[in-house]
Amino acid sequence: MIKPTAQPILSMHKIEKRFGATQALKGISLTAQVGETLALIGENGAGKSTLMKILSGAHSPDAGTMMLDGQVFRPRGPHDARKLGIAMIYQELSLAPDLSVEENIMLGQERSYFGFIRKSQHRLRVRHVLSLLGHADLNPERKVGSLSIGTQQIVEIARGLASEAKVMVFDEPTSSLAARDVQELFRLIRRLQTQGLAIVYISHFLEEIREIAHRYVVLRDGKSAGDGLLPDISNRQIVSLMVGRNVDELFPKVPHSIGETVLDVRGLSGVRIPRSVSLQLRSGEVMGLFGLIGAGRTETLRHLMGLDRPTSGSVLIRGRLGGSTPQARIRDGMGLVSEDRKGEGLSQSMSIVDNLTLSDLKPYSKLGLLNLAKRRKEADRWLKNLSIKARSPQQSVNQLSGGNQQKVAIARVLHQDASILLLDEPTRGIDVGTKAEIYQWVGELAAKGKSILFVSSYLPELMAVCDTIGVMARGRLREVRRTQDWTQAELLSVAVSTEEESQSK
Amino acid sequence: MTNTTDPNSTSSTPVNVSRFVRLLRSLGPLLALAIVVLGFAIADKMVGQGRFSEMRNLRVVLVLTAPVAVAALGMTLVIIAGGIDLSAGTAAMLCTTVLACSLNQGHSVSFAVLLTLGVGATCGLTNGLLIGLLRIPPFIVTLGTMTIFLGIAKRLAQGSTVFVERDRIPDWLSKLSSTMPPDWIGFYPNIANGVWLAILVAGLVAILLNQSVVGRQLFAIGSSESTARLCGVNILATKVLVYSIAGVLVGVAGIYTFSLVKMANPVEGIGRELKFIAAVVIGGGSLSGGHGSVLGTLAGATIMGVIASGCDQLGIQNSTQDIMIGAIIIAAVTLDQYRRRRREAA
Repeated sequence: MIKPTAQPILSMHKIEKRFGATQALKGISLTAQVGETLALIGENGAGKSTLMKILSGAHSPDAGTMMLDGQVFRPRGPHDARKLGIAMIYQELSLAPDLSVEENIMLGQERSYFGFIRKSQHRLRVRHVLSLLGHADLNPERKVGSLSIGTQQIVEIARGLASEAKVMVFDEPTSSLAARDVQELFRLIRRLQTQGLAIVYISHFLEEIREIAHRYVVLRDGKSAGDGLLPDISNRQIVSLMVGRNVDELFPKVPHSIGETVLDVRGLSGVRIPRSVSLQLRSGEVMGLFGLIGAGRTETLRHLMGLDRPTSGSVLIRGRLGGSTPQARIRDGMGLVSEDRKGEGLSQSMSIVDNLTLSDLKPYSKLGLLNLAKRRKEADRWLKNLSIKARSPQQSVNQLSGGNQQKVAIARVLHQDASILLLDEPTRGIDVGTKAEIYQWVGELAAKGKSILFVSSYLPELMAVCDTIGVMARGRLREVRRTQDWTQAELLSVAVSTEEESQSK
Repeated sequence: MTNTTDPNSTSSTPVNVSRFVRLLRSLGPLLALAIVVLGFAIADKMVGQGRFSEMRNLRVVLVLTAPVAVAALGMTLVIIAGGIDLSAGTAAMLCTTVLACSLNQGHSVSFAVLLTLGVGATCGLTNGLLIGLLRIPPFIVTLGTMTIFLGIAKRLAQGSTVFVERDRIPDWLSKLSSTMPPDWIGFYPNIANGVWLAILVAGLVAILLNQSVVGRQLFAIGSSESTARLCGVNILATKVLVYSIAGVLVGVAGIYTFSLVKMANPVEGIGRELKFIAAVVIGGGSLSGGHGSVLGTLAGATIMGVIASGCDQLGIQNSTQDIMIGAIIIAAVTLDQYRRRRREAA
């Protein structure tokens, strides 16, 4: 057993990194010690990922030094960093589903003899590593694709251990886990600490961080906003460190009143999820949808929008049962902002004006031909009104910053004048200033009598922006209450509530 | 979580660079064409017989390029929409065969031409429906229809080449691809009617691509199908339309081929689709969809025609032409990717 010591195994000193015109990291320093868990906290875009990509060798820093285990650490690439003792556990697991547990653990570190894999050595190593993790019962022959997400994560951690990692980085590891698996993960992390590893833990969930970590570092805008021991700081203090301003400024209040039911969903079900979701959304209402990743929030929106075909249930818009294709939904005044901005939300290689108007070209077309000048003028107006920073409407969307891209994605739904807005994680990965603007828009839209379904994993924003919040778990909408009738702890406990009822593994 | 951008970053990016790059990007293929033409003209003056730069030769090059260009314009639409049409070569030859057979059977010329275009449209429609309804990748669907169209054409031609007697071929059809100057035009460029028609077609395709609702929708489908769906684009209808239009253009190419050789040999269609695809790719089209232009494709088709002609004039072997065209395809795509990557890094 190694006790926590004061000697840092990893230190990063004044790391700087620039991408094009963007200074992503402006001199960040941190240290991690053997036997402790360091929480890395910050909003998306604060620089956590970039910093970890530098640690894992995916990027090289422009300035600054790193020390690992008393030696200068300058990885030539991800493989090099891994060999030197850095293991990364990402939220999206990077396992090969068709390979066995053993093959996955030994992937990239095969022991071979003239190109032939030494299977017996592999088996020994894998068994050793799995027993260190307390999972000697896991069959090394099993295909990884047949394992539950939680077990796959164990394989991923075992892979890190097998490569003799000194520092293991967990990047939002719980976002796709069930509550029971989270506890198992924490048990593993504590075990890893006693094995002489230093842990860096990245998460949004402050409760989780308090449970597992000892120290914290808060990043904001590529700089360190504060660090210290977790018991010495309150959650509210951490949030204001993250956003760099008062919590009230971040969530502007726009008074609005709630009217009649506009969207009436009854028993909406998909192939697997959602399962029998019923809800009523009124005009002028902002309804939040909270839940773990995979709880079915995104799927609910997709089925509402007609992007996925429901297997049963009905969707009434203003009491009318319309067609269920995306085209028909748009005609009925529905609009969706996708959580996947790069893949689905925006057509990355197309221009701003194309993206803005794609869902409603009617105002500019005559006999199928477009009035390009009129369209461009209109786009100019939108850019100005929404203060979207772009050189011109003709600029292609992939040249914009994340926040401005998200504004374009939302602007499209505004441009088509949707009366029912489905917003899926609309503030993920964007800067604080833009977030505040989007909250403002949402309030103004509600004040105009529009209805908004707001999906988010970020509780503070849901609590501040929504009139009502529904919690989804395992494909079902468990409970909808007025926001003031919820506490964060209650929301979380409902979000993980179904695990006891139906445990699959 | 890949986002680390600063909200102020866009305002500090240089303004004029992008416009210049965009201009260069659209002129790139034309520039390449100019270089190829210039290169051959100089080489021909120095070591050849100086015939390359003659108007007569230009007419020949253009007449031979027209069928490739017209079919490649259709391929441009398909490729921009994120698809591919491997059946275009054999479909074009099927169209040529249909035209030859119906002329031989004594049908009226207008009927024969309409039938040919209809067959082309039907080939495209079939591709579009199969791709849209069965949700099989276009590569596979058109790989299948490529062989099917070849089979149908062979059956029509009864396993051999269909010859048509001269007196059954109307005058205008022969003149479509004539290397002689047309009689209605007394000034330069006095190029064949078919080439003028091809230019007209190119203009229409350009309007469709850049100025029409369908054009925006097919760019959207090609650059991200899920985004297009989210925005209410009718994916199936647009794809069927695109492949059908490409089919009609393949039919036009089939008519050109007939007017050039006055016969139809179905087997000659094999591999022709690769020329159409090459023209699009040399012109800056991306096989992953969302990119491509009319000017680029025209330049791409012409570059291949010029290389073929120039090599002939200089007495360079056919094998060398193949190698040159292959190298140009790879160079064009490399350059394009380099530019795109630099743009994304900025």
